[in-house]
Amino acid sequence: MNQTTATMSVRNVSPATSIIDIQGEINAYAENVIMDAYTQASSSGARNIVLNFEKLGYMNSSGIGLLVTLLIRVNRQKQRLLAFGLSEHYQQIFELTRLSEAISIYKNEAEALKAIAA
Amino acid sequence: MSESPPTPNANDPRQAAWAPPTSTMKVSGAPSQAMNLNVDGRKPVSPMQGFGQLWQKTFKVRLSGLQMTPAEVMRYWKENFPIFMPADSRFMPTLSGIKPGEILLIEAKVPAFPGTPSFLPVATGVMVLYADDVTVTVMTPEGHPESGWNTFSVFEEDGCVVAQAQSLCRPTDPLYDIFNRFLGSSSQQDGVWVHVLTSLADHLGIKGQVAVSKTLVDSKVQWKAAKNIWKNAGIRTVFYLMGAPLRWARNLGRWQSQ
Repeated sequence: MNQTTATMSVRNVSPATSIIDIQGEINAYAENVIMDAYTQASSSGARNIVLNFEKLGYMNSSGIGLLVTLLIRVNRQKQRLLAFGLSEHYQQIFELTRLSEAISIYKNEAEALKAIAA
Repeated sequence: MSESPPTPNANDPRQAAWAPPTSTMKVSGAPSQAMNLNVDGRKPVSPMQGFGQLWQKTFKVRLSGLQMTPAEVMRYWKENFPIFMPADSRFMPTLSGIKPGEILLIEAKVPAFPGTPSFLPVATGVMVLYADDVTVTVMTPEGHPESGWNTFSVFEEDGCVVAQAQSLCRPTDPLYDIFNRFLGSSSQQDGVWVHVLTSLADHLGIKGQVAVSKTLVDSKVQWKAAKNIWKNAGIRTVFYLMGAPLRWARNLGRWQSQ
Protein backbone atom coordinates (compact mmCIF):
# COMPACT_ATOMS: atom_id res chain seq x y z
CA MET A 1 0.00 0.00 0.00
CA ASN A 2 1.77 3.15 -1.18
CA GLN A 3 -0.37 5.50 0.82
CA THR A 4 -1.26 6.31 4.35
CA THR A 5 -4.61 6.05 6.06
CA ALA A 6 -3.38 8.32 8.82
CA THR A 7 -5.16 11.55 9.52
CA MET A 8 -4.04 14.00 12.15
CA SER A 9 -5.78 17.00 13.59
CA VAL A 10 -4.31 19.60 15.89
CA ARG A 11 -5.86 21.10 19.00
CA ASN A 12 -4.23 24.05 20.72
CA VAL A 13 -5.34 23.40 24.30
CA SER A 14 -3.29 26.29 25.68
CA PRO A 15 -0.77 28.78 24.33
CA ALA A 16 2.00 26.41 25.41
CA THR A 17 0.47 23.07 24.47
CA SER A 18 -0.81 21.50 21.27
CA ILE A 19 -2.29 18.05 20.95
CA ILE A 20 -2.00 16.05 17.73
CA ASP A 21 -4.92 13.59 17.49
CA ILE A 22 -3.80 10.62 15.42
CA GLN A 23 -6.18 8.35 13.53
CA GLY A 24 -5.48 5.42 11.23
CA GLU A 25 -2.16 3.76 10.39
CA ILE A 26 1.28 5.25 10.80
CA ASN A 27 3.67 3.83 8.24
CA ALA A 28 6.38 5.18 5.96
CA TYR A 29 3.80 7.01 3.89
CA ALA A 30 2.55 9.01 6.87
CA GLU A 31 5.63 11.25 6.93
CA ASN A 32 4.04 14.28 5.30
CA VAL A 33 0.90 13.97 7.40
CA ILE A 34 2.75 13.83 10.71
CA MET A 35 5.26 16.55 9.83
CA ASP A 36 2.49 18.85 8.58
CA ALA A 37 0.61 18.28 11.82
CA TYR A 38 3.76 19.09 13.80
CA THR A 39 4.29 22.30 11.82
CA GLN A 40 0.71 23.32 12.52
CA ALA A 41 1.05 22.41 16.20
CA SER A 42 4.19 24.51 16.51
CA SER A 43 2.91 27.49 14.56
CA SER A 44 1.18 28.93 17.62
CA GLY A 45 4.38 28.78 19.61
CA ALA A 46 3.55 25.65 21.60
CA ARG A 47 6.41 24.35 23.75
CA ASN A 48 4.68 21.04 24.50
CA ILE A 49 3.66 18.75 21.66
CA VAL A 50 1.37 15.95 22.78
CA LEU A 51 0.61 12.93 20.60
CA ASN A 52 -2.79 11.33 21.13
CA PHE A 53 -2.66 7.66 20.13
CA GLU A 54 -6.15 6.72 21.37
CA LYS A 55 -7.40 6.18 17.82
CA LEU A 56 -4.24 4.72 16.36
CA GLY A 57 -5.16 1.84 14.07
CA TYR A 58 -1.73 0.38 13.46
CA MET A 59 1.91 1.40 13.41
CA ASN A 60 4.75 -0.48 11.76
CA SER A 61 8.50 -0.08 12.20
CA SER A 62 8.66 2.73 9.65
CA GLY A 63 6.12 4.57 11.78
CA ILE A 64 8.41 4.24 14.79
CA GLY A 65 11.20 5.67 12.62
CA LEU A 66 9.00 8.67 11.84
CA LEU A 67 8.51 9.28 15.54
CA VAL A 68 12.29 9.37 16.00
CA THR A 69 12.57 11.96 13.24
CA LEU A 70 9.76 13.96 14.86
CA LEU A 71 11.46 13.71 18.24
CA ILE A 72 14.69 15.10 16.79
CA ARG A 73 12.80 18.07 15.33
CA VAL A 74 11.02 18.69 18.62
CA ASN A 75 14.30 18.57 20.55
CA ARG A 76 15.92 20.90 18.06
CA GLN A 77 13.20 23.47 18.71
CA LYS A 78 13.65 22.96 22.47
CA GLN A 79 10.10 21.69 22.73
CA ARG A 80 8.90 18.69 24.70
CA LEU A 81 7.23 15.62 23.20
CA LEU A 82 4.66 13.68 25.19
CA ALA A 83 2.22 10.91 24.32
CA PHE A 84 -0.92 9.36 25.71
CA GLY A 85 -3.53 6.80 24.74
CA LEU A 86 -1.10 4.06 23.73
CA SER A 87 -2.50 0.55 23.97
CA GLU A 88 -0.57 -1.93 26.07
CA HIS A 89 0.93 -3.39 22.88
CA TYR A 90 2.34 -0.06 21.71
CA GLN A 91 3.53 0.83 25.20
CA GLN A 92 5.60 -2.34 24.98
CA ILE A 93 6.87 -1.33 21.54
CA PHE A 94 7.89 2.08 22.90
CA GLU A 95 9.79 0.32 25.68
CA LEU A 96 11.38 -2.20 23.34
CA THR A 97 12.54 0.53 20.98
CA ARG A 98 13.50 2.69 23.96
CA LEU A 99 11.43 5.56 22.66
CA SER A 100 9.85 5.61 26.11
CA GLU A 101 13.15 6.96 27.44
CA ALA A 102 12.80 10.04 25.25
CA ILE A 103 9.03 10.53 25.04
CA SER A 104 7.05 10.86 28.25
CA ILE A 105 4.05 8.52 28.12
CA TYR A 106 0.82 9.04 30.00
CA LYS A 107 -2.35 7.03 30.31
CA ASN A 108 -4.73 9.70 29.10
CA GLU A 109 -5.01 13.35 28.15
CA ALA A 110 -5.80 14.53 31.66
CA GLU A 111 -2.63 12.93 33.03
CA ALA A 112 -0.51 14.36 30.23
CA LEU A 113 -1.85 17.88 30.78
CA LYS A 114 -1.40 17.52 34.53
CA ALA A 115 2.24 16.57 33.99
CA ILE A 116 2.75 19.61 31.77
CA ALA A 117 1.20 21.89 34.36
CA ALA A 118 3.31 20.47 37.18
CA MET B 1 -11.75 11.68 26.06
CA SER B 2 -11.90 8.21 27.54
CA GLU B 3 -10.15 7.53 30.80
CA SER B 4 -8.20 4.51 29.63
CA PRO B 5 -6.67 3.75 26.24
CA PRO B 6 -8.80 1.39 24.19
CA THR B 7 -7.16 -1.51 22.42
CA PRO B 8 -9.06 -1.64 19.13
CA ASN B 9 -6.49 -3.86 17.49
CA ALA B 10 -5.76 -6.30 20.27
CA ASN B 11 -6.56 -9.19 17.94
CA ASP B 12 -4.80 -7.74 14.91
CA PRO B 13 -2.49 -10.46 13.59
CA ARG B 14 -0.16 -7.70 12.41
CA GLN B 15 0.80 -7.14 16.04
CA ALA B 16 2.65 -10.45 15.81
CA ALA B 17 4.99 -8.74 13.36
CA TRP B 18 6.66 -7.04 16.30
CA ALA B 19 9.31 -8.68 18.47
CA PRO B 20 8.04 -9.71 21.89
CA PRO B 21 8.92 -7.41 24.80
CA THR B 22 12.47 -7.84 26.05
CA SER B 23 15.02 -5.69 27.82
CA THR B 24 18.02 -7.65 26.57
CA MET B 25 18.84 -9.71 23.51
CA LYS B 26 18.96 -13.47 23.89
CA VAL B 27 20.77 -15.74 21.44
CA SER B 28 19.55 -19.30 21.04
CA GLY B 29 20.14 -21.69 18.19
CA ALA B 30 23.28 -19.88 17.03
CA PRO B 31 25.05 -21.44 14.04
CA SER B 32 28.03 -23.50 15.21
CA GLN B 33 30.50 -21.53 13.08
CA ALA B 34 29.51 -18.21 14.63
CA MET B 35 31.68 -16.50 17.28
CA ASN B 36 28.45 -15.34 18.93
CA LEU B 37 29.96 -12.37 20.74
CA ASN B 38 28.65 -9.03 21.92
CA VAL B 39 24.94 -9.77 21.52
CA ASP B 40 23.61 -12.07 24.24
CA GLY B 41 22.56 -10.03 27.26
CA ARG B 42 23.01 -6.70 25.48
CA LYS B 43 20.22 -4.14 25.45
CA PRO B 44 18.71 -3.23 22.10
CA VAL B 45 19.40 0.41 21.22
CA SER B 46 17.58 3.02 19.19
CA PRO B 47 19.07 6.04 17.42
CA MET B 48 18.46 7.97 20.64
CA GLN B 49 21.17 6.02 22.49
CA GLY B 50 23.94 6.53 19.93
CA PHE B 51 26.81 9.03 19.87
CA GLY B 52 27.39 10.55 16.45
CA GLN B 53 25.30 12.29 13.83
CA LEU B 54 22.01 10.67 12.95
CA TRP B 55 21.67 9.81 9.27
CA GLN B 56 18.83 8.30 7.34
CA LYS B 57 20.23 6.50 4.32
CA THR B 58 18.02 4.95 1.69
CA PHE B 59 19.17 2.45 -0.92
CA LYS B 60 16.69 1.42 -3.61
CA VAL B 61 16.81 -0.86 -6.59
CA ARG B 62 14.02 -1.07 -9.14
CA LEU B 63 13.38 -4.66 -10.18
CA SER B 64 12.08 -3.74 -13.62
CA GLY B 65 10.30 -6.51 -15.46
CA LEU B 66 10.15 -8.83 -12.47
CA GLN B 67 7.03 -10.98 -12.41
CA MET B 68 6.86 -11.39 -8.64
CA THR B 69 4.84 -9.63 -5.99
CA PRO B 70 6.57 -7.61 -3.25
CA ALA B 71 5.62 -10.32 -0.73
CA GLU B 72 7.19 -13.02 -2.92
CA VAL B 73 10.40 -11.01 -3.25
CA MET B 74 10.53 -10.42 0.50
CA ARG B 75 10.00 -14.12 1.19
CA TYR B 76 12.91 -14.93 -1.13
CA TRP B 77 15.03 -12.20 0.52
CA LYS B 78 14.31 -13.52 4.03
CA GLU B 79 14.97 -17.14 3.11
CA ASN B 80 18.30 -16.32 1.49
CA PHE B 81 19.41 -13.31 3.49
CA PRO B 82 23.04 -14.41 4.14
CA ILE B 83 23.90 -15.08 0.49
CA PHE B 84 23.29 -11.47 -0.47
CA MET B 85 25.85 -10.17 2.02
CA PRO B 86 29.44 -9.36 0.95
CA ALA B 87 32.25 -11.68 2.08
CA ASP B 88 33.53 -9.22 4.70
CA SER B 89 30.10 -8.78 6.34
CA ARG B 90 28.59 -12.18 7.06
CA PHE B 91 25.08 -12.42 8.49
CA MET B 92 24.13 -15.65 10.24
CA PRO B 93 20.51 -16.07 11.28
CA THR B 94 19.74 -18.36 14.18
CA LEU B 95 18.06 -21.67 13.41
CA SER B 96 14.62 -20.06 13.66
CA GLY B 97 15.36 -17.79 10.71
CA ILE B 98 14.27 -14.21 10.25
CA LYS B 99 11.35 -13.84 12.61
CA PRO B 100 10.37 -11.16 15.13
CA GLY B 101 12.63 -11.32 18.18
CA GLU B 102 15.21 -13.59 16.53
CA ILE B 103 18.88 -12.68 16.29
CA LEU B 104 21.10 -12.43 13.23
CA LEU B 105 24.73 -12.79 14.23
CA ILE B 106 27.21 -10.73 12.24
CA GLU B 107 30.90 -11.23 11.64
CA ALA B 108 32.41 -8.36 9.74
CA LYS B 109 35.85 -7.03 8.93
CA VAL B 110 36.57 -3.37 8.54
CA PRO B 111 39.59 -1.55 7.10
CA ALA B 112 41.83 0.38 9.48
CA PHE B 113 42.29 3.06 6.82
CA PRO B 114 40.42 4.01 3.66
CA GLY B 115 41.40 1.88 0.72
CA THR B 116 43.19 -0.75 2.78
CA PRO B 117 42.00 -4.35 3.03
CA SER B 118 39.38 -5.16 5.65
CA PHE B 119 41.08 -7.00 8.50
CA LEU B 120 39.82 -5.60 11.82
CA PRO B 121 37.19 -8.08 13.03
CA VAL B 122 33.86 -7.12 14.56
CA ALA B 123 31.56 -9.81 15.93
CA THR B 124 28.12 -8.48 16.69
CA GLY B 125 24.51 -9.04 15.68
CA VAL B 126 21.07 -7.52 15.32
CA MET B 127 17.61 -8.40 16.58
CA VAL B 128 14.63 -8.65 14.26
CA LEU B 129 12.43 -5.89 15.65
CA TYR B 130 9.67 -6.20 13.07
CA ALA B 131 8.90 -8.59 10.24
CA ASP B 132 5.79 -8.72 8.09
CA ASP B 133 5.18 -9.87 4.52
CA VAL B 134 7.01 -6.98 2.91
CA THR B 135 9.16 -5.43 5.63
CA VAL B 136 11.92 -6.51 8.00
CA THR B 137 13.45 -4.14 10.54
CA VAL B 138 16.48 -5.04 12.61
CA MET B 139 17.64 -3.26 15.75
CA THR B 140 21.21 -3.08 16.93
CA PRO B 141 22.57 -4.03 20.39
CA GLU B 142 24.82 -1.98 22.67
CA GLY B 143 28.36 -1.95 21.33
CA HIS B 144 27.33 -2.41 17.68
CA PRO B 145 29.03 0.06 15.29
CA GLU B 146 25.69 1.78 14.70
CA SER B 147 22.82 2.54 17.07
CA GLY B 148 19.44 2.29 15.43
CA TRP B 149 17.48 0.39 12.87
CA ASN B 150 17.84 -0.99 9.39
CA THR B 151 14.64 -1.60 7.48
CA PHE B 152 14.46 -3.83 4.43
CA SER B 153 11.29 -3.55 2.41
CA VAL B 154 9.79 -4.41 -0.93
CA PHE B 155 6.96 -2.40 -2.47
CA GLU B 156 5.50 -1.27 -5.75
CA GLU B 157 6.35 2.16 -7.11
CA ASP B 158 5.05 3.39 -10.43
CA GLY B 159 4.10 -0.15 -11.39
CA CYS B 160 7.56 -1.53 -10.66
CA VAL B 161 8.65 -3.71 -7.76
CA VAL B 162 11.30 -1.94 -5.68
CA ALA B 163 13.59 -3.41 -3.03
CA GLN B 164 14.87 -1.00 -0.43
CA ALA B 165 17.28 -0.93 2.49
CA GLN B 166 16.98 2.06 4.79
CA SER B 167 19.06 2.80 7.85
CA LEU B 168 18.28 5.24 10.63
CA CYS B 169 21.40 5.12 12.73
CA ARG B 170 24.10 7.00 14.62
CA PRO B 171 27.66 5.79 15.20
CA THR B 172 27.46 4.23 18.65
CA ASP B 173 30.54 5.71 20.29
CA PRO B 174 33.41 8.14 19.63
CA LEU B 175 35.69 5.48 18.17
CA TYR B 176 33.09 4.32 15.64
CA ASP B 177 32.40 7.98 14.89
CA ILE B 178 36.07 8.56 14.02
CA PHE B 179 36.05 5.46 11.80
CA ASN B 180 32.87 6.69 10.13
CA ARG B 181 33.96 10.26 9.55
CA PHE B 182 37.61 9.82 8.69
CA LEU B 183 38.51 6.18 8.05
CA GLY B 184 35.93 5.07 5.53
CA SER B 185 33.59 2.94 7.63
CA SER B 186 30.55 4.92 6.55
CA SER B 187 31.21 4.40 2.86
CA GLN B 188 32.04 0.75 3.53
CA GLN B 189 28.65 0.31 5.21
CA ASP B 190 26.98 2.07 2.28
CA GLY B 191 28.78 -0.39 0.02
CA VAL B 192 27.32 -3.30 1.99
CA TRP B 193 23.73 -2.24 1.26
CA VAL B 194 24.53 -1.52 -2.39
CA HIS B 195 26.04 -5.00 -2.59
CA VAL B 196 23.01 -6.59 -0.91
CA LEU B 197 20.51 -4.96 -3.25
CA THR B 198 22.61 -5.59 -6.36
CA SER B 199 23.06 -9.21 -5.35
CA LEU B 200 19.33 -9.61 -4.64
CA ALA B 201 18.51 -8.19 -8.06
CA ASP B 202 21.13 -10.44 -9.70
CA HIS B 203 19.65 -13.53 -8.07
CA LEU B 204 16.24 -12.48 -9.39
CA GLY B 205 17.70 -12.12 -12.88
CA ILE B 206 17.58 -8.33 -12.93
CA LYS B 207 20.47 -5.97 -13.62
CA GLY B 208 19.56 -3.30 -11.13
CA GLN B 209 21.09 0.11 -10.47
CA VAL B 210 21.02 1.07 -6.79
CA ALA B 211 19.91 4.64 -6.05
CA VAL B 212 21.21 6.16 -2.83
CA SER B 213 19.86 9.11 -0.88
CA LYS B 214 21.10 10.40 2.46
CA THR B 215 19.51 12.79 4.92
CA LEU B 216 21.25 14.23 7.95
CA VAL B 217 18.46 13.98 10.53
CA ASP B 218 20.48 15.27 13.50
CA SER B 219 23.86 16.94 13.11
CA LYS B 220 24.50 16.99 16.84
CA VAL B 221 26.81 14.61 18.63
CA GLN B 222 25.43 13.15 21.88
CA TRP B 223 28.39 13.41 24.23
CA LYS B 224 26.47 11.72 27.02
CA ALA B 225 26.73 8.54 24.90
CA ALA B 226 30.56 8.65 24.76
CA LYS B 227 30.60 6.02 27.51
CA ASN B 228 29.17 3.53 25.02
CA ILE B 229 32.76 2.83 24.05
CA TRP B 230 32.99 0.51 27.08
CA LYS B 231 30.92 -2.06 25.18
CA ASN B 232 32.51 -1.45 21.75
CA ALA B 233 32.10 -4.74 19.89
CA GLY B 234 35.17 -4.14 17.73
CA ILE B 235 37.50 -3.66 20.70
CA ARG B 236 35.99 -6.62 22.52
CA THR B 237 36.28 -8.86 19.46
CA VAL B 238 39.97 -8.03 19.05
CA PHE B 239 40.63 -8.78 22.74
CA TYR B 240 38.64 -12.02 22.43
CA LEU B 241 40.73 -13.15 19.48
CA MET B 242 43.97 -12.12 21.20
CA GLY B 243 42.95 -14.32 24.12
CA ALA B 244 42.45 -17.37 21.93
CA PRO B 245 45.91 -18.91 22.69
CA LEU B 246 45.29 -18.54 26.43
CA ARG B 247 41.89 -20.20 26.17
CA TRP B 248 43.40 -22.97 24.08
CA ALA B 249 46.19 -23.56 26.65
CA ARG B 250 43.69 -23.53 29.52
CA ASN B 251 41.45 -26.05 27.78
CA LEU B 252 44.48 -28.23 27.01
CA GLY B 253 45.48 -28.16 30.69
CA ARG B 254 41.98 -29.21 31.75
CA TRP B 255 41.99 -32.04 29.21
CA GLN B 256 45.36 -33.33 30.42
CA SER B 257 44.31 -33.24 34.06
CA GLN B 258 41.27 -35.42 33.38
